[in-house]
Parts: sequence; C-alpha cells; structure tokens
Amino acid sequence: MDFEFLASTFVTLVKAVPTTLELFGASVVLGALLAIVLVVMRTVGGPILSAFSRVYVFIFRGSPLLIQMFLIYYGLGQFAVIRDSFAWPVLREPYWCAVLALAFCTAGYQAEIIRGGLQAVPPREIEAARSVGMSGFLLVRRIIAPITLRAMLPAYSTEIILMVKSTALASLVTVWEVTGTAQRLISQTYRTMEVFLVATLIYLVINFIIVRLIALLEHRLSPHLRERPRISGEGRTVTSLETSHD
Amino acid sequence: MSWIDLIGFGPNGRGGLLLWATLMTLSVTAASLVIGAVFGAAVAAAKLSSSRPARIIGDAYTTILRGAPELLVIYLVYFGGSQAVSAIGRLFQYEGFLGLPSFLAGALAVGMISGAYQAEVYRGAFHAIAKGEIEAARSIGMGRALRFRRIIVPQILRFSLPGLGNVWQLSLKDSALISVTGLAELMRTSQLAAGSTRQYFLFFIVGGILYLVLTTISGQLFAAAERRVAVSFSHGLGRS
Repeated sequence: MDFEFLASTFVTLVKAVPTTLELFGASVVLGALLAIVLVVMRTVGGPILSAFSRVYVFIFRGSPLLIQMFLIYYGLGQFAVIRDSFAWPVLREPYWCAVLALAFCTAGYQAEIIRGGLQAVPPREIEAARSVGMSGFLLVRRIIAPITLRAMLPAYSTEIILMVKSTALASLVTVWEVTGTAQRLISQTYRTMEVFLVATLIYLVINFIIVRLIALLEHRLSPHLRERPRISGEGRTVTSLETSHD
Repeated sequence: MSWIDLIGFGPNGRGGLLLWATLMTLSVTAASLVIGAVFGAAVAAAKLSSSRPARIIGDAYTTILRGAPELLVIYLVYFGGSQAVSAIGRLFQYEGFLGLPSFLAGALAVGMISGAYQAEVYRGAFHAIAKGEIEAARSIGMGRALRFRRIIVPQILRFSLPGLGNVWQLSLKDSALISVTGLAELMRTSQLAAGSTRQYFLFFIVGGILYLVLTTISGQLFAAAERRVAVSFSHGLGRS
C-alpha cells in the first residue's frame, strides 16, 4: 500500500467536496420548492394541473437521471431558440445543467414523499383546528406542516442519500466534483483503483454524517413518541423505520 | 432527413438498434437481479445470523453498497475486474490489458448494488413471518431444513414481492450507468445515435420514452404477480 499516494489523492479529492455539496444543496432545495408546487397542483389544483403533476412525477421517476441530464445538457443546446434566449448563459454551463437535472429529478420523488406525509395528517386534527377557528396559513403552519414533516422524514432521508450519490453523475457532463476530479486524477496517474476507492470513502463519510444529522432531527421532532424513563424494568428503544425507495 | 426516418427502421433509421438496445437493457437488468438475489440472500442470512462477525460483515455490505455512488461501484467493478483478468492473463504469459466483458462487469456491479437492497427486502420479509407458524411447525416435529423449505422460503418469496418490484425499477434505471463501460444498452445506443446524427434532443427523448415503457410495463407485471400471489394466499393468513 502506497500511503503517500493515498494521502495526496485524499487531499486532492477533499478539495472537490465543496462542489459536490453545492450541487447537492442547490438541487435538493430547488427540488423541494418544485416538489411543493407539484403537490399543491396535485391536491388543490384543478383536473388539468393535477394531471400535469401526475405526468411530471411519472416521467421523472420512470426514467434514468442520466438521460434527463444529457437531455438538458446536450439536447437543449441544439435549438437556436434556446441559444438566443435569456436562459442560455445558465444552460451553457455544465454545472447549472447538472443542478437543473438533479433538481427536476428529485422534485418528482420528493413530491411523492410529501404527498405521502400529507396523507398521514388525520382529518380529525384539521377538523379540530377548524372548529377553534384556525384556517389558512396558520392551519398549515401549526397542524398540517409539523405532522407532514414528521411522517415524511424517514423516506426523505433516503431520498437525500440518493441525491448525494446522484451528484456523481455530474462528472459525466464535465463538472469537477469528487467523481470528476477522481477521473481527472486517474488520467494523470493511471491508478484507477486507489483513486476510485478514496472517492468512494469520501462519499461514504458524507452520507454517514448526513444520516446522523437526520436521525438527530428525527429525535428532536418526536419527543412524544419516546417512552418516558421508567423507574423499574427495562425501557424499549424506538428504532427508526427502514424505508425502501424506488 | 425527417425525424421519423431517423428513429424508423429504414436504411438510415436507428429504430432497429434502439430496439436491440432495449432488449440489452432488459437482459443486463435481469442478470443483475439474479446476481443480486444470490448476494442478497447471503447478506440477509449474514445479517440475521447469531454470529457477530457475520452480522458485522452483512451490515458493512449494505452500508457501503447503499451509500456509495452507483457510478463509482460500476467503475470499481469494471476496472478492478479488468485488473484481475489482466493478472490472470500474465500468469498465462499474455502481456497487456485484458478487459472484463462490459456485460459481465455491468451486471455484476448493478447486481451487487441490487443485492444490498434485496438483502433488506428479504430481512424484512423474514421478520414478517408469524412466529406462531414456526412454533407450530416445530411442535409437529419438523426439522430445521424442512421448516426452512416448507414454511420460511415460500413466505419470504411472497412477502418480498413488492420490495423486489422496487429493486427491479431501481436496477433498471441504474443499468443506464453501465453505458460508461461501453455496453451498447439503451443509454449508450441513444447517446451514439444522438452524437452521430447531431439530433441530441430527439434521441434522448426517444431513449427516455423507451425507459418509461420498460418501467411501466414491468411495474404492471409486478403488480399483477402480487395480485396473483395474494389470491392463492388469501385464506391462509388473512393478511392480504
């Protein structure tokens, strides 16, 4: 084992971590905003908006992210209308194409997660809030949002991890995040396995930290689900639910 | 040339190639599902076993393969496999680089990822088996192997069907990443057709639609299978 090479590889790749985290942060936030719009369209929009939301989710969840990214990066630049439009300075940049593709894709998944969370809000709670005169934004902020958030958190954490992993695809449209930098390093050193292994390790560490942070958030948000400390007998710990995600 | 000609089956059309590539995507995904079933069963057994080292290995497997980017797993298997094959080649006096076949490398990589998810599916299914059934089987003197074959396996297969449907859809989309190893599956073929005709938008849309067709049809097949299995079990457990 050439530890000197591994260490220098690690240092080079760690410098690309901010780009990976930026791609991740920007696309998750943009995706979340878009997802909220999609959910509103689906639940309170008319038949046309609701159908649009359904079709959107179907398309972006049913096809691979890579083809969506290539469609935006290579496909849109083909049209003169787009090359002459105000959006071109953004769509010309591989970085923004990657962010857009990641955000559009995760919006489809997040919309379904948020919708699932909304369905967990018991109608009685809303009726009770209405009966004491709560309505509109206050109802959303005090009753609907907290219950939805708590119910969707396990599935949401899975989606977040998937997004960290998905940022690696940006390397295929020439963005120098961790995977892209690893490939550039390999083209200089020809030491494929070592470099890719170090890159994998970096992703695992990022994901580990994110999983811990979300578990902490989940713990903070659910004090009422925890068992009260008992004076005698052994307490049962509440484990977080495993969720699967297609 | 109109776009109909480009994606059609005429002399300059890519329709035939795209259909062939769709079959390639299906077969590489099917191969990865089978490979994943082997890995998944072994890892689930390790995670459920009473031996601590086995549990640690099982947990490490699922944590790593679910936490590492799919693209990196494919690169690692492809280049690692090629290095291993080249090393074997040197043993037989062959100097130079030998590549692992991209179908094999791709199916193995996606299969290993699929195995990590399948392990969780099988583990969940095992826990869903009513403990009373195992006790009942034991009480009438059924041995370990017979219990496994008659009580545990059939129910694991049944309970894991919905989860396996999810894993299949996931692998179908992951298989697009195998295009980086040069396998002429749907993603790679769309990319080549797009590049050589300069019709990027058209071919990526057509490729995307073909993926949607695959995910939709297979989703319906899994749903039908679930309904079928539910019928045959409906009066057994009363769970469906």
